[in-house]
Amino acid sequence: MSSNSHTLTPQATPDVGGPATVAEGRRRRRSPAASASRQSRKKSLMARIRRDKVMLLLIAPGFLYFVVFHYVPLAGNIIAFLDYKPYLGFIDSVWVGLDNFAAMFQDGAFWEALRNTLVITGLQLALFFPVPICLALLLNSIVSNKIRKFVQSVVYLPHFIGWVIIVAVFSEVLGATGAVPHLLENLGLPRFDAMTTPEFFPFLVTIQSIWKDAGWGTIIFLAALMNVDQELYEAAAVDGANARHRLWHITLPGIMPVIVLLLILNLGSILSVGFEQIVLQRDNVGPGAGEVLDTYVYFHGIQDGQWGPAAAVGLVKGIVGLFLVLGANKLAHFFGQEGVYSNGKSK
Amino acid sequence: MGPRIKDTRPVWMEKPKPAVQVSKAIALVVICFLALYPLLAVLATSLSSQSVIANNNGLVLFPKEPTFAAYQTIFAGGVVTDALIRSLVITTVGTALSLVITVAMAYGLTRRDLVGGRFFLMTALFTMLFSPGIIPSFLMVKELGLLDSYAALVLPTLMSAFNLVVVRSFFMNLPQELFEAAKIDGAGDFRILVQMVLPLSRGVLAVVGLFYAVGYWNAFFNAMLYLNDDKWPLSMILRQYVLLGQPMGDSAVAEIAVPSQAIQMAVVVISLIPIVIVFPFLQRYFTKGVLTGAIKG
Repeated sequence: MSSNSHTLTPQATPDVGGPATVAEGRRRRRSPAASASRQSRKKSLMARIRRDKVMLLLIAPGFLYFVVFHYVPLAGNIIAFLDYKPYLGFIDSVWVGLDNFAAMFQDGAFWEALRNTLVITGLQLALFFPVPICLALLLNSIVSNKIRKFVQSVVYLPHFIGWVIIVAVFSEVLGATGAVPHLLENLGLPRFDAMTTPEFFPFLVTIQSIWKDAGWGTIIFLAALMNVDQELYEAAAVDGANARHRLWHITLPGIMPVIVLLLILNLGSILSVGFEQIVLQRDNVGPGAGEVLDTYVYFHGIQDGQWGPAAAVGLVKGIVGLFLVLGANKLAHFFGQEGVYSNGKSK
Repeated sequence: MGPRIKDTRPVWMEKPKPAVQVSKAIALVVICFLALYPLLAVLATSLSSQSVIANNNGLVLFPKEPTFAAYQTIFAGGVVTDALIRSLVITTVGTALSLVITVAMAYGLTRRDLVGGRFFLMTALFTMLFSPGIIPSFLMVKELGLLDSYAALVLPTLMSAFNLVVVRSFFMNLPQELFEAAKIDGAGDFRILVQMVLPLSRGVLAVVGLFYAVGYWNAFFNAMLYLNDDKWPLSMILRQYVLLGQPMGDSAVAEIAVPSQAIQMAVVVISLIPIVIVFPFLQRYFTKGVLTGAIKG
């Protein structure tokens, strides 16, 4: 069953209900106490722990990691309700209830950060999202394997380059002394420094994201294209459909579920922009254009020591973000997709 | 396969019009150029002398009279060399630890009726849905006493649930009969992992290892947050010296003869080299679809 169900939805949700393995079958038969195979589940807990002790030991370090670095820090969000002072600690800092949240709503910088975040994610949705789809269609239409694999390798490469390097490279090409401003000047156009113009910042960020990740983003669409039934194309061609007809009536409907799924997941992460990317460039354009929610938390909290108010912003962002992701998944289920909880990383 | 491209086209597919083919070819060339040009420009600038850079308005595409002066200055010792070694060590150690902990947990979670198996799996999966936030994570590292230690660069990002899922799915798609036979012959769970599962899993380990290695190599924010500048990895040196344009320790003395722009770009090139070296060996796994297979389930 699972071997040829080439659906694209990642089946990362636990598949406890999957087909019983040969292993389980044999184990049941060999265990004398479980001749009635149903009974084997009731094998005493101690016996099962003893049987699985190696597996449990292997899981332990990873489990500990998730608890210490992902779950315990959740409790640290309590400082959103405190007038937190590092020298006083959690216990002795004054409890201020919802004051930090009230302050947040009255803080112009917070609203600015929220607006900038939504502008950037909105722009990325409009400009970035279609690029991998088009690129995948183009790659998929290349008949020569060699050329296709070469182009694929070239466009995957930038995905592995870190933001510090990318920002450095972009400054070199687009910055004040770079090639593009000179080109503009030679064409008689006004000099334009793309790195430091606040109005251009959302576009700059989007262009950088496209350069880094549009190629990588084709992977999931290429997989979807491979799963479109090839016989449909042949039948359509025999019936006289030309290449444009086939694209419109077979290819696009074939990958539409994946497009919808990724669109929904992107909507779910609308409060998150690449933190490292922005934190490196915020000061080039100033907080008015360059501050997003995550950088707000960092600069106001860790840099300026307003721990409580900044943590409040982080907590609200986290909770709203969680509900957006859960809502997006619900919506995806509604569109007939399953098990999408795992897939945030395909962007 | 023959060299002629036509051979791979299915019989029913018409030959596209020349205009379509030409525009497609142009599109591909432009795409490859856009992807590679910035990197080539950086490389060329790093190999140029001051006068060439000035003549070309700061950006060189083909270095006339290439010179390695910038690299000689950097490797004469000092901040960049130290940071490079630190980055290599952090990346190697971090990737090894991450792979071990990920493989161990993924293998443990392959047993279907494991005691608490569902609980452990969900604990890992839920971390994909939320993040504790920057401030609580920072405070956690502080409470653990990891400030200004290299462990702060590795431990907080030791494992990603996404990679865990990729490895686990791969393990579960291996032929289980093989391991069952070994078990009947008396092999323990751990021995099966080391002697049978791992040798069959080179592809997925290479891909996930690359993800971890690239993550450690490129990370700068944890270093910025937790470390004093005498412990900075290369990525932070890059930010400080190239992006912020601040002077770079003792090498400032040797800077006179060599244009600082060439040195800056040389630092960029040095931090690109490991990625560009490793990538060709691993990219076949991406184009072959090991990853999509794993993501799909």
